[in-house]
Amino acid sequence: MPKLNIVSAINLALDREMGKNDKVVIIGEDVGREGGVFRVTDGLQEKYGPERVIDTPLSEGGITGTALGLAVGGMLPVAEIQFEGFMYLALDQIANQMARYRSRSRGQYPINLVLRLPWGGGIRAPEHHSDSPEAVLVNTPGITVVQPSNPYDAKGLMTAALRYGDPIIYCEPKRIYRAIKAEVPDEDYEVPIGKAAVAREGTDLTIVAWGAMMREAMKAAEELSADGASAEVIDLRTISPMDSDTIIDSVKKTGRLLVTHEAPRTGGIGAEIAVRVYGEAFTSLLAPIERVTGYDAVMPLFKLEDYYLPNAKKIIAGARKILRY
Amino acid sequence: MLFDRFDPLKGERLEIMDKDGRVNEELRPDLSDERIKELYVRMSVMRLADRTALNLQREGRMGTYAPVYGQEASQASAAFLGKEDWLVPSYRESGALFMRGVSLSGIYRYWMGDERGLIGIKDLRVLPIEVVVGSQPLHAVGVSWAMKLRGIKSVAAVYFGDGATSEGSFHEAMNFAGVFNTPTVFICQNNQFAISVPRKVQTRSKSIAQKANAYGFKGIQIYGNDIMAVYAAMKEAMSDAREGRGPRLIEMLTYRFGPHTTADDPTKYRDAAELEKNKPFDPLIRLRLYLSGRGMWSEEEEYEIMDAAKAEVEKAVAIAESAPPPEPSDIFHNTWKREHPYLKRQEDEMLALLRETEGGAPNA
Repeated sequence: MPKLNIVSAINLALDREMGKNDKVVIIGEDVGREGGVFRVTDGLQEKYGPERVIDTPLSEGGITGTALGLAVGGMLPVAEIQFEGFMYLALDQIANQMARYRSRSRGQYPINLVLRLPWGGGIRAPEHHSDSPEAVLVNTPGITVVQPSNPYDAKGLMTAALRYGDPIIYCEPKRIYRAIKAEVPDEDYEVPIGKAAVAREGTDLTIVAWGAMMREAMKAAEELSADGASAEVIDLRTISPMDSDTIIDSVKKTGRLLVTHEAPRTGGIGAEIAVRVYGEAFTSLLAPIERVTGYDAVMPLFKLEDYYLPNAKKIIAGARKILRY
Repeated sequence: MLFDRFDPLKGERLEIMDKDGRVNEELRPDLSDERIKELYVRMSVMRLADRTALNLQREGRMGTYAPVYGQEASQASAAFLGKEDWLVPSYRESGALFMRGVSLSGIYRYWMGDERGLIGIKDLRVLPIEVVVGSQPLHAVGVSWAMKLRGIKSVAAVYFGDGATSEGSFHEAMNFAGVFNTPTVFICQNNQFAISVPRKVQTRSKSIAQKANAYGFKGIQIYGNDIMAVYAAMKEAMSDAREGRGPRLIEMLTYRFGPHTTADDPTKYRDAAELEKNKPFDPLIRLRLYLSGRGMWSEEEEYEIMDAAKAEVEKAVAIAESAPPPEPSDIFHNTWKREHPYLKRQEDEMLALLRETEGGAPNA
């Protein structure tokens, strides 16, 4: 089985699906000859031609709005916005349009498309290239948001997304794009959308993470085991609609919950998870829920980004706090 | 070719039938008198249906409604789309939807607060009513781009107003259409006002039509109250787009006789004198004069037309008002394709509350 990183795993998923389904088209800035700013679509224009891998004008709203129209017209567009910070330029088309089209038309016009968005910090990039604005999307019914944390899930989630039948925002953890290599089957498989995964089993504490934070969570769990604390780690994978049942079941077992995300704390996904757990596993809780997150401050330029972002060390500190409670 | 002959950069405008029903014979399009008569009758029904909607709102029987009074000829442009073409409307398109064959009762039902009124539009290749100003031109470009990629000869005609041309998404759509040479026809009904803000505040350009030049395709400014000009410009634009000669922009100069919606009072921002000045340019008056000159209209016949229109509109109102209200649990369906457990729990929660309140809406 070939060992792939996240970039090549997504590329492989797109390649295989384009081979199977001639309605799949890729649109975006630099997706063609350049193969995307992160090379995720590398080689696809060469293989499938400029009619299927299409460089567009520099316009996030244009890419997103025409992708919706392409989907209405029977194509299956995979649209790329180069960095999550530029998502806001397309927010009318995302939140007012693609999220609502199915509802507005009472199911007559489902919008089957994937919007790819490199996500998160840690790559020493300029402003607007390091944020994690998933909370904006999670408060938008009709948008399905996924984020893989490893190459296997990257391929399986992309394959599932392309066959899903609703608008999917596929967040790509750019910090670990090439950091992890893992065995990725060439054959067809899907990672189910709407299902979290228990990445590590444990008994004393549940840690919930996704995307690039999964690596930090796993590292923290490793180190905590040296303390004699057994941490269960859940990879959320689908951020909206969220699989809170897997989290609640885990907390009922461990009695403690720590959620970590790069996004600012207030109104972040951690808050939503916490409320659901308080509501459904209140009597199982042995300690207050801990959040290890970005701060309620603007994501700084890279001289300070390591202070801003959560990491294994911060997760361990948070975990010890609730383990000692 | 009209788009070349009437160059908006030279300040030219296409008019074929003037306000008195006189036709410039040199420009007369291949529109038979029978067809003109038929259009007149449909536009008359449209006007009555529109006024009825306004009245229903005043009586508390309908929600906010955006009337098309004065824009009937521009709205009738929808009659000149082919069956295989797409119609992409804004919210002020009751007339265009009606001409396309969307049922009046369905249109009423939608504005009475029920999305289900528009079930069936997909069979007519009509996209849902867009309420955000200027968002839908991108959808039209996308859908027509899909037709092009799939090798299907089909045009998307998108409707919007003068205000929409100030939105970024309008320009993004024009740009994408130009770059990818999509079969898109942009129809701007310039009715002179975006709620209260006059056209001159939207753009310093002399015309909206000339904006097409900036995106590398052709635009034309026409008198949108002149059904012959509307037909001639549409025919050429649709055929150009369909045959891959490029997208087209038609600016239809018209005038909104009524309010923006039932929620505003135009006397606050518009002189009564200005309205009166525009009244003689009514798209129906000139048709009456024209048809009467051809021996195809009389006052007695007008009574017959209006009686039939009244019956048609009343029937539509009755159907819309007797439509069963949607089930409360319908809120939870059609947002997502697949049921998701947390939403299901919210639905159960609401239904349990409904049972406790014996079926009354919990917020009522």
